[in-house]
Amino acid sequence: MRLAKHLRPLIFLTPPFTLIAVFVIYPILATFYFSFYDKNSGLLNLNNYREVLLSTNPLNMIIARSFSYIPPWGALFHNLVWIALHVPIVTFLGLIIAYLLKYHVRGGTIIKAMLFLGIVIPPAVGGLIIRFMFEANIGVIPLIFSYLGVESLSKTWVARPQTALLALILGSVWLWLGFSVTIFSAAMETIPRSHIEAARVFGASTWRIFYSVVTPQLKPAIIVVIVMTLLWDLKIFDVVYASTGGGPGGSTSVLALVMYNYFARGLDYYKSAAVAIILTLLVLPLIILIIRRERV
Amino acid sequence: MKRNLISKRAIRTLALNVVVWLFALAWILPFIGLITVSILPYREVIVKGWFRVPDLNSLTLNNYVEALRNPLYDLATSYRNSLIVASLSSIIPVIAAALAAYAFTNLDFRLKALLFATILFIMMVPQQLTVVPLFLLYRNLGLYDTFQGIILLHSAWGIAWVTFFLRNYFKFIPKSLVEAARVDGASEITIFYRVILPLSIPALIAALIMQFTWVWNDLFYALVFLASGDKQVITQKVVMLKGEYHVDWGLLTAGSIISMSTPLILYMVFNKYFMRGVAAWGVKR
Repeated sequence: MRLAKHLRPLIFLTPPFTLIAVFVIYPILATFYFSFYDKNSGLLNLNNYREVLLSTNPLNMIIARSFSYIPPWGALFHNLVWIALHVPIVTFLGLIIAYLLKYHVRGGTIIKAMLFLGIVIPPAVGGLIIRFMFEANIGVIPLIFSYLGVESLSKTWVARPQTALLALILGSVWLWLGFSVTIFSAAMETIPRSHIEAARVFGASTWRIFYSVVTPQLKPAIIVVIVMTLLWDLKIFDVVYASTGGGPGGSTSVLALVMYNYFARGLDYYKSAAVAIILTLLVLPLIILIIRRERV
Repeated sequence: MKRNLISKRAIRTLALNVVVWLFALAWILPFIGLITVSILPYREVIVKGWFRVPDLNSLTLNNYVEALRNPLYDLATSYRNSLIVASLSSIIPVIAAALAAYAFTNLDFRLKALLFATILFIMMVPQQLTVVPLFLLYRNLGLYDTFQGIILLHSAWGIAWVTFFLRNYFKFIPKSLVEAARVDGASEITIFYRVILPLSIPALIAALIMQFTWVWNDLFYALVFLASGDKQVITQKVVMLKGEYHVDWGLLTAGSIISMSTPLILYMVFNKYFMRGVAAWGVKR
């Protein structure tokens, strides 16, 4: 017996999309609804958003009222600072390393495998390792600074508001660099070796070849790395939760953590939903960009 | 003259190699520290530090035994829990996603573009967007703090990226194979099962391993949906090893290594699949 033609796709689509509808789509729509639900009046309005954005409780602060040189600046700004440092470092360092490993250094596969460790391990463990790296007396970084005699940087970085955010961001470079190196290395495989040879014959220097032959051909890969890193930075949670929990004094809190704090500490589900929507709105332009590129 | 030039170049290449290798070794220094601290008594680390050749007599597995067996930490139970949750949460979505990916590559249907956009949307949306309503629903249905609950969520969540991943693979299987089977009168299910799946074993393995690792590594869903000590998974338990003020790094490093051992072993055994899976993002898009 053969099924009617228009029913055939249903056999394939029903199992996956039933699961998705119940456990993903429904909760997304409900979160959207909750975010407007005012539990005091029972009406739909913007009160949750207002209160969430204006909160000055260090655990939940999204935008700081006043700024000094030292965090906390509010979760939103911490995410933005994260992006401002993390994205360029990961992109440039990744490009340079991938290039050196491909054309100039022996044993590139081993080094790549070593860098890749950072994205294989659980990000929560990554957070613990970052704490370990920056812990006074046993961590690599404070040990180096204490050896150099820089007193202020030989302390536990993650325990002081002056250095905690920077420690997490640098640590996240350590965790995430393997991603960009892997993407760029794979993309460099598609550049014909003859292009490099030709440039060399004409006497181009190593750096000249890097920025005028290799980099322009990697444009699609560079976009992917930037977009994926942006997504990673905006959604970052595990690393922060495991290393500092947002502290000290809220100086490392990020949006995803604020959402969790409203949920788990405040048991305030509607405000928590509002933070989730704010986070999603920030991610949305990137999602739209990718959906446009990936039409069926 | 020419010889001089060559040797100059050779020296530069050598210097570059040395610099890059030193950089790579410095890069994994935290891992080396992690391992060293985990196999030494913490008292000794406090006094002498870890950056030295360890005294063989003082090496110990006590930190590991303590982390796994002490009922306060009990990583052994959470390790088993992680295995259960991650296995089921990777088998279910890979099967479901293979069906969806087949439909997206080989069938025509209404709303195809919209459904595919939905898949991409779910792939990138933050996890935080789903948990509040599910938490309330799960409490009413008795799914809160159960493996079933978190497995269903992980599975549904994973279907999106696995569908995308498998569709990219199915696209490169020659259409003529499907057409030929259709001419022979094979049903779509038969084609899926007999033609497409056998040709996609590497992609299916890659998807299984990456989804398994993803679920194993997850902390956020576990924090929200698993509460009781005997249900919690390893990432939750390891984070709890860190006390509020005093940190026992011996215990914490051993716990970290136990927790990352599974993804590391998978990575070492299936290295090629991992790299290919990640690289698929960057190339040919």
